[in-house]
Amino acid sequence: MGLLSDPNRRQALSRIITRLNAPLCVISYLIGVCWFLGLAFQPFTLRTYISENSMGSTMVDEKFINGDRALSYAREFAAHKKSAGGSPVAWLERTMRGIGLEVYTQSFVRNLPFPDEATERFMVKGTNVYGILRAPRAASTESLVLSVPCSEGQNNNQAVGLLLSLASYFRGQIYWAKDIIFLVNEHDLIGMEAWLEGYHDVNVTEIKSSVMMGRAGAIQAALSLEISSDVITSFDVVVEGLNGQLPNLDMVNLFLAFCQKNQLLCTIQGKLQRNDFDTFPGYIHNLQTMMLMVLKQGSARPQGDHGLFLRYHIEAITLRGINSFRQYKYDMVTIGQTIEGMFRKLNNLSERLHQSYFFYLLPSLSRFVSIGIYMPAIGFIILILILRSLDLWIKLSRTEVVTEDGAGDVEQDPRPSILSLATPIVICHATGLSLYYIPVISQEMATDHFPVSESEAVVLIAIAIYVAGLALPHNTHRALTGAGSDQGWMTLKLISLLYLAVQLGCIAVINFSLGFILAVTIVPVAAVVQPGSAKLLYALLLALVTPATTLLGSIFLYRELIEYPVTFLECWQIFLQAIAGGMLDHYLYGSLLFPFIALFVYPCWLQLWNVVFWK
Amino acid sequence: MAAVWAVVVCAVLVTGVSGTAGDSFQEELLLTPLRSGDIAATFQFRTRLDSDLRREKVSHYRLFPKVLGQVISQYSIQELHLFFTQGFWRTRSWGQPLLQAPAGAELWVWFQDSVTDVDKNWKELTNILSGIFCASLNFIDSTNTVTPTASFKPLGLANVTDHHLLRYATLPREIVCTENLTPWKKLLPCGSKVGLASLLEAERLYYSSYHSQSVHIRPICRDPDCSKVSWELRQSLTVVFDMYTNGQGKRDWSLFKMFARTVTEPCPLATQSKIYVDSSGYDKELDLFEVTPPSYLEEQVPVHGDQRIYTVYDLLKPGFFNTSRNLNVALRWKGSSADSGQPRPPVFHAERYVSGYGLQTGVINTMIYNNHPYRAFPVMILETVPWYLRLYVHTLTIITKGKENKPSYIHYVPAKDRQRPHLLEMLIQLPPNSITKISIQFERALLKWTEYPPDPNHGFYISPSVLSVLIPSVKNLKTNKLEESSLFSTLFPSSDGSSYFMRLYTEPLLVNLPTPDFSMPYNVICLTCTVVAVGYGSFYNLLTRTFQVEDSKQGGLAKKIANLIRRLRGVPPL
Repeated sequence: MGLLSDPNRRQALSRIITRLNAPLCVISYLIGVCWFLGLAFQPFTLRTYISENSMGSTMVDEKFINGDRALSYAREFAAHKKSAGGSPVAWLERTMRGIGLEVYTQSFVRNLPFPDEATERFMVKGTNVYGILRAPRAASTESLVLSVPCSEGQNNNQAVGLLLSLASYFRGQIYWAKDIIFLVNEHDLIGMEAWLEGYHDVNVTEIKSSVMMGRAGAIQAALSLEISSDVITSFDVVVEGLNGQLPNLDMVNLFLAFCQKNQLLCTIQGKLQRNDFDTFPGYIHNLQTMMLMVLKQGSARPQGDHGLFLRYHIEAITLRGINSFRQYKYDMVTIGQTIEGMFRKLNNLSERLHQSYFFYLLPSLSRFVSIGIYMPAIGFIILILILRSLDLWIKLSRTEVVTEDGAGDVEQDPRPSILSLATPIVICHATGLSLYYIPVISQEMATDHFPVSESEAVVLIAIAIYVAGLALPHNTHRALTGAGSDQGWMTLKLISLLYLAVQLGCIAVINFSLGFILAVTIVPVAAVVQPGSAKLLYALLLALVTPATTLLGSIFLYRELIEYPVTFLECWQIFLQAIAGGMLDHYLYGSLLFPFIALFVYPCWLQLWNVVFWK
Repeated sequence: MAAVWAVVVCAVLVTGVSGTAGDSFQEELLLTPLRSGDIAATFQFRTRLDSDLRREKVSHYRLFPKVLGQVISQYSIQELHLFFTQGFWRTRSWGQPLLQAPAGAELWVWFQDSVTDVDKNWKELTNILSGIFCASLNFIDSTNTVTPTASFKPLGLANVTDHHLLRYATLPREIVCTENLTPWKKLLPCGSKVGLASLLEAERLYYSSYHSQSVHIRPICRDPDCSKVSWELRQSLTVVFDMYTNGQGKRDWSLFKMFARTVTEPCPLATQSKIYVDSSGYDKELDLFEVTPPSYLEEQVPVHGDQRIYTVYDLLKPGFFNTSRNLNVALRWKGSSADSGQPRPPVFHAERYVSGYGLQTGVINTMIYNNHPYRAFPVMILETVPWYLRLYVHTLTIITKGKENKPSYIHYVPAKDRQRPHLLEMLIQLPPNSITKISIQFERALLKWTEYPPDPNHGFYISPSVLSVLIPSVKNLKTNKLEESSLFSTLFPSSDGSSYFMRLYTEPLLVNLPTPDFSMPYNVICLTCTVVAVGYGSFYNLLTRTFQVEDSKQGGLAKKIANLIRRLRGVPPL
């Protein structure tokens, strides 16, 4: 390790970094992007397998046959739902008690911070009904959950029917070692959040709910079911949860194993698996599937009711029954047997699911990319920031050396004072804070003065603050000493780059997709920006990679990938909805995306903007 | 036949008076239809040893099992209570139990005041019992043993109430199965060959929702004036059969359906052999079910503050088995099994759960319900929490009806790491018609990596809390004398009819501790070695090296070559 102690070699190293900086950065970026694109290439991925021993060795023998009963329950439920104009609580209670479950209800109230226009919700009131099947000879220390959202209209009636029919079948079996909770939650995610908070007796969001009476120990795993037709052609499995959390891969493997056993067609991201993985179209197909997962995970939004379980370390997936125009249909018996099989396997678990991966990407249902393989992709991109900041640091320290042992009269290039650097940083963060707080606080004022609805007001205020931030800071440092020097902007840029590297590194560990989307856009521009003659070009580039533009681009890409392309105007509408949705996710379920962007990424990006307009 | 019995009884009496061992054995079965439609069967076997194990050296055992008699005299036991339970008594839907036990194994023992080293005796006793009952009672050690001050009182004749002579431990993880049942059955004088014990077939007993077997040993009065002391061994076994899994949704029951056997004869050694069927129902005005064969013997017994009517079958009644060869008690519900709405909750019940998420902290919550319409009553709570959950005692809150409820008695012994558990005992007054919530925060400790069990991700069990309570009766009842009433009502005799004693247990809890990935040590070793080698090595190098300005004339071979190349390139040499 003479590298650190030998000044000559250190100098050689620093010379390499400064001289070859640009090519190194370009190579690093290219490697990062290619690495990411390579993840979807079949030979580079691993085949999925069930790691958990207690679920793997033997297949259980499913005997569920009450498919007709499920459909008759579904029709009855639909009729009662229609007459009750919401969840038919009394009927559900009566039916579940008749089946032999211990039935409890939980009512909840949630006032949204501003009206949700996508789902037309503002003051939400609902009741969750759940029945507990007590396992014989177990002391209610562990449980499993089967949940079905009670949706508006004709949706999910069949899922409720299947839930009841499964419950009555399960009740007659002796082999249960864990209690099973059958939950019908109203107002989908809000009801689920209320139930989970009630069950765990915590108050993460501002939801108000009644005291919960019946519990069944520590929940080990959960399954959320959505079926809206009497027969289905395929099952879609949804894994992405709140803040990009994923369930243990064994949950997905378990589902895949039973799909294969019952010869059920199963998809992920709505995409079937292809066999021609070695051809180019096969690769593109895998890449599309993976990109969809990355975009969904990056949105930090729970993609199904299961997404909220993950915070409580409960492994959960959502299964969505799809009824398309395919020839071959599956009836309730096959679906019921699949779920029965999964529950019996989960019942056999002696420990929580922990053997398999928690961090992965799925280019297809039977192939996965683990964290060890995908992390280098973002590592190479963050490396650019490190290289650039090293370069800046070396340049800064060199000018210092020059000024120290130079003629001594080089006073026109003094070190920038702390004040001149602190001011833009503080202003950028203050803008971030106002972006986080003001839209919701001042919505009433806005609706008083402008002809907009509350929801529009919140989104428009947010956009206004976002844009206003661009105009604010870049004239503040003129009066301060040394502000006009190169050292000033270089130090600010150095700080910004390191700050960005830390942010991206942290978020990539929690939510790789979000980190990668941000990194692949912001990093190259952040690396090149500097004040000077080309500052208008740099400003344009920066504006193109701001998180808001990235969101717009992601929406566009997402609609392209699901083969449902949009025009720019529609895209803008969805963009506005997505902003409101992102903020609501934060207030309703505790999603971290909005505060992360508003309080960290946006201020950091503003600092770079500041660098461009440094005078 | 009657003459023979008279002679036997006389002989027993005579030997009893003359001071040699004169024992007796009583057996009974109680069938209780529960309010949920399930049925509970409680067996009670009582063996009495008419000599004092404390004073005299007993060498001749007739009905009383010798193995237990020897253990009692060897370890100077005053009283012993041992439970093995699989499942959990659902107080909310089944009503109040006659004798509840916590899931797993529970053992509490009072030692005689002559014992000097209680802990040593306790340690040896648990190991002996572990062998006798084929259970993991040897896992009882100082980390799960406590000495409660107020929750447990001696149930038999006792002149000692110094709680230092008491030891209490539970093993919530213990799995109870046939290997525990067989030695338990062997303690019976008739074994499982004849009598009511012949119904105890393991396969059927474990095909149920709840199974609990217990052993109670205590000294009792031999005669009403209590001049002499006898020892009583009471073995009881409770099973709850589930109507859904066994009866295909039908609620009708018979002995054959439950046990796959019928009763053919009483145990010939028994002085009492009876079957009771609780025929009082839950709503007095409705005659819900009928019991066959009809018996005209009915008995009123006060149980849990309620006067209950029992149909009695006396198997020892001469000529009982003459009319039919066997007895198959059956119970037929008259009404349809219509939905009866939410079952009315019992007067007193409790539940416990862990709240919070994440692996750092959590809260243990206990909810206690007093559904008595107008009477308040106190409850004594005993919480035993293992040392690896560090309780924050300052966060203990007791809230009733939105107001803080101050306990009138509190006893807390903090845990010592790897030595003893937390013990928290509190006396709390429960106002009528109220829910009391007791919550206390804890932090999860990080265990040493060898201390984890083979299945660390399963979680760690916390033993149930024990709620001892004196519940005021809804009706004022007069209790009979100890010996005359039926066996199941005599274990906790209440002093007067205005209230009755009950002990309830909450569910055990399963808590996950932060668990390392056990495949990691290898990676950790590799990583640590690398970090030490690279980091420490270079730092050490920097710190110990003395730096000098190098004379550029001198140089190694590498420098010469470098200079050669530089000259070729036309760059000034180093």
